[in-house]
Amino acid sequence: MKQAVDKLLQVALAVGAVLFVGACDLRHSAVLDPKGPIALAERDLLRDAFYVMMLVIVPVIVLTLLFAWRYRASNTRAVYTPKWADSARIDAVVWLIPALIVIAVAVLLWRSTHKLDPYREIASSTAPLDVQVVAQDWKWLFIYPEQGIATVNQLAIPNGRPVSLRITSDTVMNSFYVPQLAGQIYAMAGMQTRLQLLADQPGKFVGRNSMYSGGGFSDQHFEVVSLSPGDFDAWVAKAKQAPGTLDAAAYTALAAKSRSNPIAYYSAIEPKLFDSIIAKYTHSHAAPVAAPRR
Amino acid sequence: MNAAVTARDSEAAETHEQRALGFWLYLMGDAVIFALLFATYVIMVNNTDGGPGGKQLFDLRNAALETALLLVSSTTFGFASLCSKTGNRGAVLFWLLVTFVLGAGFVFLELREFAGMIKAGAGPDRSGFLSAFFTLVGTHGLHVSMGLTWILIMCGQVMMKGLSVAVTSRLFRLGLFWHFLDIAWVGIFSIVYLPGLL
Amino acid sequence: MFGRLTLDALPLYSAIAAGGAAVTIGGALVVAIAITWLGAWRYLWTDWLTSVDHKRIGIMYIVLALIMLLRGFVDAIMMRAQQAMALNAGGYLPPEHFDQIFSSHGTIMIFFMAMPFMTGLINIIVPLQIGTRDVAFPFLNSLSLWLTAAGAGLVMVSLVIGKFSTAGWTGYPPYSGVEANPGVGVDYWIWAILISGFGSTFSGINFVVTILKRRAPGMTLMRMTPFTWTALCASVLMAFAFPALTVACGLLALDRTFGMHFFTNAHGGNMMNYPNLFWIWGHPEVYILILPAFGVFSEVVATFSRKRLFGYESLVYATAAIAILSFTVWLHHFFTMGSSANVNAFFGITTMVIAVPTGVKVFNWLLTMYRGRIDFHPSMMWTIGFMITFVIGGMTGVLLAIPPADFLMHNTTFLVAHFHNMIIPGVLFGYLSGYMYWFPKAFGFELNRGWGLASFWCWLIGFYLAFMPLYILGFKGMPRRMEQYNDPSWQPYLMVAAFGAFVVLIGIACMVMQLYVSIRDRRKTADVSGDPFDGRTLEWATSSPPPAYNFAILPEVRDREAFLDMKERGVAYRRPAAYEDIHLPKNSMVGVAMGAFAFALGFAMIWHIWWLVAACGLAMWVAMIARSSDDDSEFKVTAAEVKLIEDARYRALATRTGSRK
Repeated sequence: MKQAVDKLLQVALAVGAVLFVGACDLRHSAVLDPKGPIALAERDLLRDAFYVMMLVIVPVIVLTLLFAWRYRASNTRAVYTPKWADSARIDAVVWLIPALIVIAVAVLLWRSTHKLDPYREIASSTAPLDVQVVAQDWKWLFIYPEQGIATVNQLAIPNGRPVSLRITSDTVMNSFYVPQLAGQIYAMAGMQTRLQLLADQPGKFVGRNSMYSGGGFSDQHFEVVSLSPGDFDAWVAKAKQAPGTLDAAAYTALAAKSRSNPIAYYSAIEPKLFDSIIAKYTHSHAAPVAAPRR
Repeated sequence: MNAAVTARDSEAAETHEQRALGFWLYLMGDAVIFALLFATYVIMVNNTDGGPGGKQLFDLRNAALETALLLVSSTTFGFASLCSKTGNRGAVLFWLLVTFVLGAGFVFLELREFAGMIKAGAGPDRSGFLSAFFTLVGTHGLHVSMGLTWILIMCGQVMMKGLSVAVTSRLFRLGLFWHFLDIAWVGIFSIVYLPGLL
Repeated sequence: MFGRLTLDALPLYSAIAAGGAAVTIGGALVVAIAITWLGAWRYLWTDWLTSVDHKRIGIMYIVLALIMLLRGFVDAIMMRAQQAMALNAGGYLPPEHFDQIFSSHGTIMIFFMAMPFMTGLINIIVPLQIGTRDVAFPFLNSLSLWLTAAGAGLVMVSLVIGKFSTAGWTGYPPYSGVEANPGVGVDYWIWAILISGFGSTFSGINFVVTILKRRAPGMTLMRMTPFTWTALCASVLMAFAFPALTVACGLLALDRTFGMHFFTNAHGGNMMNYPNLFWIWGHPEVYILILPAFGVFSEVVATFSRKRLFGYESLVYATAAIAILSFTVWLHHFFTMGSSANVNAFFGITTMVIAVPTGVKVFNWLLTMYRGRIDFHPSMMWTIGFMITFVIGGMTGVLLAIPPADFLMHNTTFLVAHFHNMIIPGVLFGYLSGYMYWFPKAFGFELNRGWGLASFWCWLIGFYLAFMPLYILGFKGMPRRMEQYNDPSWQPYLMVAAFGAFVVLIGIACMVMQLYVSIRDRRKTADVSGDPFDGRTLEWATSSPPPAYNFAILPEVRDREAFLDMKERGVAYRRPAAYEDIHLPKNSMVGVAMGAFAFALGFAMIWHIWWLVAACGLAMWVAMIARSSDDDSEFKVTAAEVKLIEDARYRALATRTGSRK
């Protein structure tokens, strides 16, 4: 018996240690360590809802364990009321308390969903940087229409300036995901979805496709580089020097299936490339009828 | 009639109610299928991919004729049901056959319309719109065709078994099915054909 | 002649796939040889496969579910092992194989483990609880079983001939479309689901009618057991939600097989329609699975707390509310598809509203335990484990219901952890609780307690070890379905998760041991009374296992705890003055035959063997017509025969009470 208790203690200690290490590690995990206002607001929402839910979770867990122990069959001293099964007062409480909690969270939900609508551009004194994003098998193409450059698997942005993304897919459904900056949104062929992000500080962040899309899915990640405005200009100038340009033929070659693509730069792009990628799938519809929102 | 057969009939009467409820539930499930196909059609009606749309393809005269055939067939089925209550076997058979002929006429017109469209290069694989059209209207047509075989089977049962409780119970459910197809068709006519032409 | 089926379909592309095929064939051969050696083919055919007795059909459903649980679990442990090893392209599975495994794992666990397990429990218990002799449509019941089995058969065959889908259990186009996936994999998935889906629709209709029309005299709706209530709500959902799945998969099949453009990228397809159609079924499906589990918990918590269920009416209203609300939340599965803030917020709020009746249920179970006398039978342990663990999943579910929070956590392992947190402690613990509770009713002897408790602890601890790390990995931004990764900080968590899966494996081994030990000791633990746990509801009023006709005389119900009430009034085992003839449905081979034809039809559609499609379609049509024209589908148990069976039972009861005194 004592041995069993010792064993149990050892296991409990080990589990506790793992949980502790996990909790420390968790603080630096992508979602809980946001680097921009959008991701921060989303993270805060997660945290607030979590605390509200604890109001229900903790009592239920504690009471379950408590009742199970107190009213065990062998404890004949505990009160036993085999026929007690109704109480209007308790009924009212068990319906009302969850309802009140849900109403509170629902208000939070309604406001935050509108505030953090990924189609709503970030309010700022500087005009947002427009970037067009194309999901391909199995890589990401970023087109900078103002700068006239394009990159593969690297999204460079100036920190402190809002970035407004227009996203489509030249293959199956993908999901554009940057946990530390903006969450995610689907990328779909023939349609355009949008996402806003802003990085507070310089740094490198991981971006991914989070929607399974075939054999090369696991390698389909990219880096987001947040640069100071000066460094960003220098980065653009460097990209302008790149030997490759993205004309129609180069685009077709790029769009073919490939895995683990290295970062690449294109110093010039076919005009209206992004629109033509969408138009490829919509043919002669009057408008992209199926777009989630115009 | 011997005693065993009457006993069977009274048991069949007991289960008739359960079967009717079960069949209602089936019809409501079927209605969910149609509702979703209608919704799919409505969201895809403009997705013609540069191909022909309803205006070029639909023929109001044909659709009106189909509607007339199906509505009249529902009435004639009603006559069959009435006659089954009075136990008039011959009349039931007669009205069932009339219903069958009208329904077969409907299926013929529909198949002719489909064949014409496919010949004109407007088959179900031409565009999202046509996929949705052929699937919605075709699903209804398939139901009507199944109803037709069911009518034939019931003709056989009426001839061989007479209007026993079990047989009239089946006739009742066939009636539900047939009228349900009428309602579904009214939906098709007013959601597919009319707006397609106007 | 054989469509696109050639010798290339054999899984010789990797040793592991070939091994899987060999195990499948070997397993089938061993079973066949064992049956032949026991000379049991005829017995199996006449007493089981062609049976339309709801109890036998229920048992066959659960046998199917347990077999598929093993298959689905092998998939799970292979995935966990792969991800534990797969840092920087380590691991032992190529992507094409890993992708098939996660797809078949989800498909099997939902459609061929959970669904048959639930349908099996409902089949065995509900007719007994409402005091009837059979379901409303016994033949349809057999057909449902065999259609489900045909679907399961297709998934198993895909191990040997061809490949399974790589598109996940949800099969989102355009990835599941013919352009991105020209092989047979997605077709296997579609036809397995379509065929078994018809079975589920029919089961739903069957049980709605059975429960509404065949209750014993005196059993008003508000005297039905909580399990029957949840079965009723789940059946309504099955009858109305499964047609949506039929449409979603049917249109995908039309796209793939006939070149239509419902969900294609180009030519006017609309891929966004598919997730809508799929989840209009998919979300009610979650409640189809979990409501009956809630029903089991309600029965078990009352029986093993030796106390009347608290707040019965609240519980009934909560169940009905959940069933209705379940149709209004489907969009929360794709907040990230670009809907407007109004739409997202609406569906987020409806999702949270479901948390209210669910919370009410949890409190009711809690208050049933309060001031009870709790017996820690394995069934009760599953219930307590469920209550503690399920609320965690409920909490993470509320987090995911907030659209902006979902933008962060969607498609990550956090989501995977969340729905496993609902499905394992919620659904599966419920079914296992029911399995250990009602086993003596179905077979006449009890399951071993010790091994049951061991199994429970392994499952519970294994669950936490396997899925808490996935929650953390979700925070670390790990997408689901990764065959390999390059972030070394993920690996320790994936190793813990793999260890958790291993602990669950021990739990499954304990279940196998429990079954073995219980069968070995069956004479010692025989349930002569038919009421081993001092039960409260009608299923305990008849013998274990019940006779073919369930009740010699249909019981008269006066209380919602009908049998406890009879025991208290002293009329529980009263002998009737006389017996009557009883009519029961005859066995029918048409159900098995239709299942076999459906299997062949699906196989032929997958491989484009058109003549076989036509032949099977025709055969099913003819079989259906023949069956529906058959007016002679019952046989008679005479009053004398009933008396013989009942006399034997009363003799056994007398010796038992005699020996006790």
